[in-house]
Amino acid sequence: MDSSRLWLLRPFGERSTLIFLGVLLAAMTLVTLLHVAVPPGHPLYVSAYTVNLSGKYLSYALLAVAVDLVWGYLGILSLGHGAFFALGGYAMGMYLMRQIGDRGVYGHPELPDFMVFLNWDSLPWYWYGFDMAWFAFLMVLLVPGALALVFGFLAFRSRVTGVYLSIITQALTFALMLAFFRNEMGFGGNNGLTDFREILGFNLRSSETRLGLFLATGVALALGYVLCRAIVTSKLGRVCVATRDAEARTRFLGYRVERFQLFVFTVSAMLAGLAGALYVPQVGIINPSEFSPLFSIEIVLWVALGGRATLYGAVIGAILVNYAKTVFTGAMPDAWLFALGGLFVLVTVFLPKGVAGLLALRLRRRRDGDGSFSGKEASA
Amino acid sequence: MRYPPMLGPATAGARAGTDAAEDERTSQSRGSWLLVLALSLLLMLGLSMTTPAAAQDAAPADDVAAMTLLEALDVDSFPAKGRAIEAIVHSDDPRARDWLQALLDGRLQRAGDGRFVVVLDNTGRDWPVQDALSGEPLGQMSRRELDRIGINNALRNQLRSAIAVVDLYAADVGLRRASAERLLGEVDGDLAGPLVEVIEEEPDARVRERLVQALAIYRLEQGELEAIDDLQGSLHPRVRVALNRAANGDDPIVADAAREALNGIEQMLKLNRAAETLYFGLSLGSVLVLAAIGLAITFGVMGVINMAHGELIMLGAYTTWAMQQLLPGQPGVALILAIPAGFLVAALAGIAIERGVIQFLKGRPLETLLATFGISLILQQLVRTGISPLNRTVITPEWMSGSIAVNDALSLTLNRMYVLGFALVVFAVLMLIMRRTRLGLEVRAVTQNRAMARSMGIRATRVDIMTFALGSGVAGLAGVALSQLTNVGPNLGQNYIIDSFMVVVFGGVGNLWGTLVAGLSLGVINQVLEPWAGAVMAKIIVLVFIILFIQKRPRGLFPQKGRAAEG
Amino acid sequence: MSILRSLASRDRVFDFLVPVESPVDVRHGPILYLEDVTVSFDGFKAINDLNLTIDDGELRCIIGPNGAGKTTMMDIITGKTRPDSGQVWFGSRHDLLTMNEPEIASLGIGRKFQKPTVFEALTVFENLELAMAADKRILPTLTARINGEIRDRIDEILEIIGLKPLHARPAGILSHGQKQWLEIGMLLMQRPRLLLVDEPVAGMTEQEMERTAELLTGLAGKQSVVVVEHDMGFVRSIARKVTVLHQGSVLAEGSMDQVSSDPRVIEVYLGAEAEEETL
Repeated sequence: MDSSRLWLLRPFGERSTLIFLGVLLAAMTLVTLLHVAVPPGHPLYVSAYTVNLSGKYLSYALLAVAVDLVWGYLGILSLGHGAFFALGGYAMGMYLMRQIGDRGVYGHPELPDFMVFLNWDSLPWYWYGFDMAWFAFLMVLLVPGALALVFGFLAFRSRVTGVYLSIITQALTFALMLAFFRNEMGFGGNNGLTDFREILGFNLRSSETRLGLFLATGVALALGYVLCRAIVTSKLGRVCVATRDAEARTRFLGYRVERFQLFVFTVSAMLAGLAGALYVPQVGIINPSEFSPLFSIEIVLWVALGGRATLYGAVIGAILVNYAKTVFTGAMPDAWLFALGGLFVLVTVFLPKGVAGLLALRLRRRRDGDGSFSGKEASA
Repeated sequence: MRYPPMLGPATAGARAGTDAAEDERTSQSRGSWLLVLALSLLLMLGLSMTTPAAAQDAAPADDVAAMTLLEALDVDSFPAKGRAIEAIVHSDDPRARDWLQALLDGRLQRAGDGRFVVVLDNTGRDWPVQDALSGEPLGQMSRRELDRIGINNALRNQLRSAIAVVDLYAADVGLRRASAERLLGEVDGDLAGPLVEVIEEEPDARVRERLVQALAIYRLEQGELEAIDDLQGSLHPRVRVALNRAANGDDPIVADAAREALNGIEQMLKLNRAAETLYFGLSLGSVLVLAAIGLAITFGVMGVINMAHGELIMLGAYTTWAMQQLLPGQPGVALILAIPAGFLVAALAGIAIERGVIQFLKGRPLETLLATFGISLILQQLVRTGISPLNRTVITPEWMSGSIAVNDALSLTLNRMYVLGFALVVFAVLMLIMRRTRLGLEVRAVTQNRAMARSMGIRATRVDIMTFALGSGVAGLAGVALSQLTNVGPNLGQNYIIDSFMVVVFGGVGNLWGTLVAGLSLGVINQVLEPWAGAVMAKIIVLVFIILFIQKRPRGLFPQKGRAAEG
Repeated sequence: MSILRSLASRDRVFDFLVPVESPVDVRHGPILYLEDVTVSFDGFKAINDLNLTIDDGELRCIIGPNGAGKTTMMDIITGKTRPDSGQVWFGSRHDLLTMNEPEIASLGIGRKFQKPTVFEALTVFENLELAMAADKRILPTLTARINGEIRDRIDEILEIIGLKPLHARPAGILSHGQKQWLEIGMLLMQRPRLLLVDEPVAGMTEQEMERTAELLTGLAGKQSVVVVEHDMGFVRSIARKVTVLHQGSVLAEGSMDQVSSDPRVIEVYLGAEAEEETL
């Protein structure tokens, strides 16, 4: 076997990864079966709405995995991952916009409705190419990746870490939010991009497409998880942990720490972009609110609640918090921010290792030697 | 008395209904002949009108004649009313000014019994009135019994000019200033002569300067080159209009001189605009400094990341609002009381946060960041559900509203001036506390070497609490000041938290001077960028600038050096 | 050349002692050369016109009272701190002032910190694996695998530092002395040409100290070792040449006996201790 490929397959030798993939596959199969095979009206029937919602949760889970990769293993608390998520979302949104073609309200053959409304006479150059799926899907990864590369290069080169980095990542997403709110940017301003019709020729409103998107998101989550797992179980992953806990020491061992940080940060941003791209067709809209600092910091809460530096904890946290959000905002919207705020406090003070930490506590006896990442707190 | 044939009252009346602003620009000569009339009238009367005693003497004028004058107003035709106003101006009647003013305000009305009355207060159903002739109070009258003498825009202009001329002889310097202001660009040939005498007699320098300029504009129109000397350096827009006209005029020598004068004025305007930008920048900067200085203590000195800092600012602002609710009608007193109250409320909230959460997260800055962010969400939502999700109105006391006019192009708003001063005072006091008091010494000791400080008998926990309370209290003070500049709502704090962190990081963590310089300079940079980049882009540019700046100098403008900073 | 020959004869005995191929040029003199180095923090001169020369294969002890600039000197050599003026050369080819920490580390300068710094979340084995001399770029690190050869080398070091039974435990659970040893082990994995060792025996028992002394003296000759230490007994047991730092510059240099009889040294540093310990 080619040794350079082996590191990607390594996670399949781990029990935790197999369990994770098994549970994910089972959940996907269950939802699909209950949606397709059970007649509507039956108590076990899973509606298209629920399928859609589950797909949304899974895209959030992928985003949380991306954040856990940098926070849990690299010790970089990014308060700006929402920006990468949103950029991926916008890239996808631009593709979906161009798929509308001349069926918009104004019927313009090329320009999206909002541009006609703003009296633009031609498509801005950065919208070129987004009518082609392959180009748009490539941009979903490349745009967030490029931003992370430039931003990370500047930040890590000058050794901005810890709280400083957190604050400037927050400023980054805040600045982007302000920019995307402007109509002149050409991304629909306040309203963002919406009224999508179809993706790759499939009608976005049909339940089959929704199921397909849900499954695609599940597969993306599985692949993203395996990729992250492969990274963290490699020697590179151990360099990350070393950097997290003793950056200076790692430098003195001869590792160019900033390059490792940049590499992992960029991979993480691309995963976040992918999550955003899968999110947009399922919720049908992308607007600048995804750039809001609140959203980015919420992602961090999912990871903290689920349990940092475990990856599967991030998935659990994302699904738990978002399910709670769906329930709360429906039943008593005022209480949600109280609950969210309370969660932040409770998790950090009383549950520093999150839900996964609780699980691990139970399983500690049975597992041995897999304590690599359960030692020290990953604080900066 | 001569009536310029083209611009008699009939013409003024014929213009009825045209836009007032437009009229103002095109009706200089009309205003000026009115002035001539009034001036000659007043000169004839000598000084008899300027003292109340003299006015008393003139009082037993012919009431029948006065009645005739007023009767002439109560007609339907506006041109006729214009003539009637002229007649009143000519009448030498000492009550003329009051009538004209009442007419202008719509308070000159005719009662059912035919008497003319002046309405004193036209709110409510019944209005208190007084007799227009005798000035005696007539008690209340129902609005139904009264018939208003209506006027139109052209008449309104006519009235204003007439009153301005009359005011030029008022004893009150404020009235004279206002009326001299109105004369800029309104002078014509008939008026120029008498005006020279008025200028000589005028004791107030500002009134005199204005009148000289008003006269010079006329002289310039007559092609007099020397007039430009009197206009040089004036920043008043009407002077610039006159110079512009001269610059495009037929006489090349005058045009050149006018252009030169305009250039000079343009230069001065630029300076003034720069000064204004600087002022706004410093004002914004002072807000940033206020918002950030508390953070500079909790984050910079103690190393505690308090994301709820913005909400402590919000608490200070709401305290101001609450004080004003408690003391209705006393917004000034309430504001002053809010300063200690806001400090106290925010300091107590800060202590609660420190004791309740932060102390358990010592040495885990990222967790502290998250937990305090949670607290900020809770505080915001508390205000939303407990008070209101909408903005509250905080009243600006009278002594803080208004502005100081430095010159014609530059006026500085008072409330911003107060906030700027307040920020500097707060900064100075904080510096004193950190440098000169026992607390400051202990804080510095604990932050530099906790264990050592402890072993020397400093109660580190107590110092933590005190420092955090101090930083939080200052946030409360920032809130009190902000309530005078922005809306007080649940999102108030959120809007400042990122900016505050930027200021602290930009200035160099742990350095109060750095925070001051960074805050003020970021404010100025923002205001300098705004005109050509727009408000949002300016903000983005500043954020990007700071992000890039941190790359170059990760420790800010004024870094702490040495071993202690390495940790 | 004699050094190389003696290396060749002994590398079978101590495989870990073989230095990596290093481009360091020591033909024309010392392996480390500091000239007129000055650095100040906020006006305080931590290092003041420091001149220091370490010969290839030498074991040098550096002593001096607190604040003499010992740790700052280490920071300068390893690229953590940039001096305000002066020159620092590694061999006759490498200007250390133009390099950053990883570059300096991969040239073959290893450092042990004053406070033992190991990766507490990683196992003892993983700590050594990361320290091992290898291609430390990103992709090779990502695809690196642990083969038999690597395992053998790590095992060998584990034996030497006596942590074999604990190899699968997180380094965070080790005692202070064990962490010191682990860190020395990590240094050995790097196969450096020059070892900078900051207070290696702090917190160690007598036996541990003896073994450390044995190890360090065993290294000398093949690798150059600079030891900063407070413990006079330990210094006496290993030192051939001692440098005394005071207020950021060299106060005295020579054998332990020479140095400890120097009146200036006694006055600024040894004097206080001499009364208690009698050197």
